[in-house]
Amino acid sequence: MQDVSFWTVIIAVLGGAIRVGTPFIFVSLGECLTEKSGRINLGLEGNLVMGAMVGYAVSYLSGSPWLGVLAAAGSGCVLGILHALLCQHKRVNDIAVGIALMLFASGLAFFYGKPFIQPSAPRLPSLEFGEWSSSPVVRAALDINALFFVGAALAPLLSWFLLRTRWGNAVRVVGESGDAALAMGIPINRVRLLSTMAGGAFAGVGGCYLSLYYPGSWSEGLSSGQGLMAVALVIFARWNPMYCLYASLLFGAAAALGPALQSVGINWGYYLLNAAPYILTLVIMIVTSDRRGTLSGMPGEFVK
Amino acid sequence: MKQESVILEAVNIGKTFGDVRALDTISLKLRAFTVHALLGENGAGKSTLVKCLMGYYRPDSGQILFNQKEEIIESPQRATRLGLGMVYQHFTLIPNMTIAENIVLSRADLPAVIDWDAEIKILQEKMAQMPFQFELRRLVRDLSVGEKQKVEITKQLLLDTKVLILDEPTSVLTPTEADEVLGKIHQLTQQQQLTVLMITHKFREVMKFADHVTVLRKGQFIGSAPVEDVNPQILSDMMVGGESLSKPPQRETLSDSKIKLNIDKLTVHNDQDLPVIQQLDLKVAQGEIVGIAGVSGNGQKQLVEVLSGQRSPQSGEIQAHGQNFLPHQNSIRQHKFFCLPEEPLKNACVGSLSVADNIVLHKFNEAPFAKWGLLRRGAIRRRAMELIQQYRVRTSGPDQPIAALSGGNVQRVVLARELAQDVSILVVSNPCFGLDFKAVADIRAQLLQARNRGAAILLLSEDLDEILEMSDRFYVISGGKLVHHTTPAQANMNTIGQYMAGH
Repeated sequence: MQDVSFWTVIIAVLGGAIRVGTPFIFVSLGECLTEKSGRINLGLEGNLVMGAMVGYAVSYLSGSPWLGVLAAAGSGCVLGILHALLCQHKRVNDIAVGIALMLFASGLAFFYGKPFIQPSAPRLPSLEFGEWSSSPVVRAALDINALFFVGAALAPLLSWFLLRTRWGNAVRVVGESGDAALAMGIPINRVRLLSTMAGGAFAGVGGCYLSLYYPGSWSEGLSSGQGLMAVALVIFARWNPMYCLYASLLFGAAAALGPALQSVGINWGYYLLNAAPYILTLVIMIVTSDRRGTLSGMPGEFVK
Repeated sequence: MKQESVILEAVNIGKTFGDVRALDTISLKLRAFTVHALLGENGAGKSTLVKCLMGYYRPDSGQILFNQKEEIIESPQRATRLGLGMVYQHFTLIPNMTIAENIVLSRADLPAVIDWDAEIKILQEKMAQMPFQFELRRLVRDLSVGEKQKVEITKQLLLDTKVLILDEPTSVLTPTEADEVLGKIHQLTQQQQLTVLMITHKFREVMKFADHVTVLRKGQFIGSAPVEDVNPQILSDMMVGGESLSKPPQRETLSDSKIKLNIDKLTVHNDQDLPVIQQLDLKVAQGEIVGIAGVSGNGQKQLVEVLSGQRSPQSGEIQAHGQNFLPHQNSIRQHKFFCLPEEPLKNACVGSLSVADNIVLHKFNEAPFAKWGLLRRGAIRRRAMELIQQYRVRTSGPDQPIAALSGGNVQRVVLARELAQDVSILVVSNPCFGLDFKAVADIRAQLLQARNRGAAILLLSEDLDEILEMSDRFYVISGGKLVHHTTPAQANMNTIGQYMAGH
């Protein structure tokens, strides 16, 4: 009996890693791409909330959750463009703009999202890999959303893009050294605009996953800072898209720990364990910090 | 045989920034397949002129002719397409990328998807014809300054640059490296593969490697001539325009020479936690300049960082006047222990603060600059004005942000700050890096005066000539160890060269 519940917990945590980690994958890959171009967009939390609201609203109004995903990506695009355009000006600080946009986008999403709190929108379909099992915990754990596979494919794709394509390398050059980019004739602002825009779109998709799949409805407390944690995650992942994927899953697993234990009847420390991802963020930042110098993998433009 | 056709010509170029007339109807003729030296002091307008040619600035007036045809170079890309390339003093290589990535990514016709293996193979084949050879997969940040310089030049050659502009190409190189680089460049021009415009301060290089020379002074065109028709004296008169240079003061021998700075078994690690200084012992006595010669990247930077308090040593002790020294404000003041690090704008100044604020940076909270915990702006300004005059700092005033000053003038401000006070121990790193010879003469004279007043001076320099001229005795550093000790009088250049190269 003890043995069975142990494996149940493990499977539930793994399933939870995927279920909870998916939005982290999108946001962290978006942030990774943006930061590779030499800008930090802290506004992705806002993109996430906005994406959740827009995705849910469009899915409700159109009846198609996939249309909702597209709309969420679009809303992220718009916010990303806004961030990039504001940051183009001299002496505008990207972090301050990010925080302002985060508050702006969240507020806007709450305002326009009021009518969508009650109604129920069509949700994103998932693939059921757990049908062989009779255990409801296992079945729930292996219920994997299609967006996870999109995110999991996006990570190697982004790696390949950054290392192997002309455009991806332009992003890296711009992020590593503005001077070098200038000398090579790469239009710095345009590259950053496109990177921030695409990064914003990723975060928007991450947001609609929250409202259209898990937890699966639109409410104002939906994100609880996941967009900000994704920023920490990118640092932890050393600006490497594949590591972003793994780190997202690790965060997801940490978040799933509490519910997984509860599902087998262990209620001890439930709320404390819910704080696991936040504690993990702090621990990771402390462990990976280096008081002697800069982190390896950090885009050169941040070091100046 | 040299063709005498003009490949690039600047006609009556004028450029004004605000109230400053940076270039006043300058003309320059660059003959094909020659090395043309552009000579001038800091602020003479060399960089501005070159930036106009490279499309970073648009001249207010005048024309640029390329192959006798007028061209409007509105952007650096346009310059690149014409076949103009430039190696900057501050390298534009990307430290976190490999040599291959740096070279391939600057190609104009980069394919949408890059096959790195194939690119590197092509590069390797092309490299065979290049004057310098590298391991293409090395990261640029692991290269020495000299290697970076060579990569920059190679990159330009691989990009089919016809006219190469070099901005003080040898200021970071050892004498041997400088001769190697310039020699090979000169050879390429003789083989009719390249035309070179070289900004420089060094007469020796002009006389040895250039075919023509143009001198600018304060934005004015002073003269242009084949190198056969000039000599260093003529050039120096043209550059300075009759202003006199600081005479080096006599070296005085002090009777009593007690040890002021004692470094004992110092071990220092770098950012990657690898030892870069190992068990280093060093003593500097009152009234002597001890030099440390060596190629950059052999621990000099970290040694200065430890002495200035920017880095903690792994083990070992630093003693000032026989007492253990930790670089805290109180002990710095007590021991009058000051540092003049390299890249002073980055390491010893706050760029956005004014010249005056930077001058009192060490003691703005002391009388007479502060009273009852409040700053006394008047006193700070007066002090700044004094030093600006005394050290001939070229600035629009004490309120100008220091980052707006030219490199030589930033160096003068920092030197003024450190030397105008009573100094007992002074650590100086590459004090004359990238400065023109008037500033160099000034700074060296100041250092010698400080020595004669009884200061113990530790001078780290990549410029061997500077070490030979300035120090009473000196060491050669290699791999974080002092491998050789001698005096300028007894120095044997061959031996020193071998120790510097790590043999």
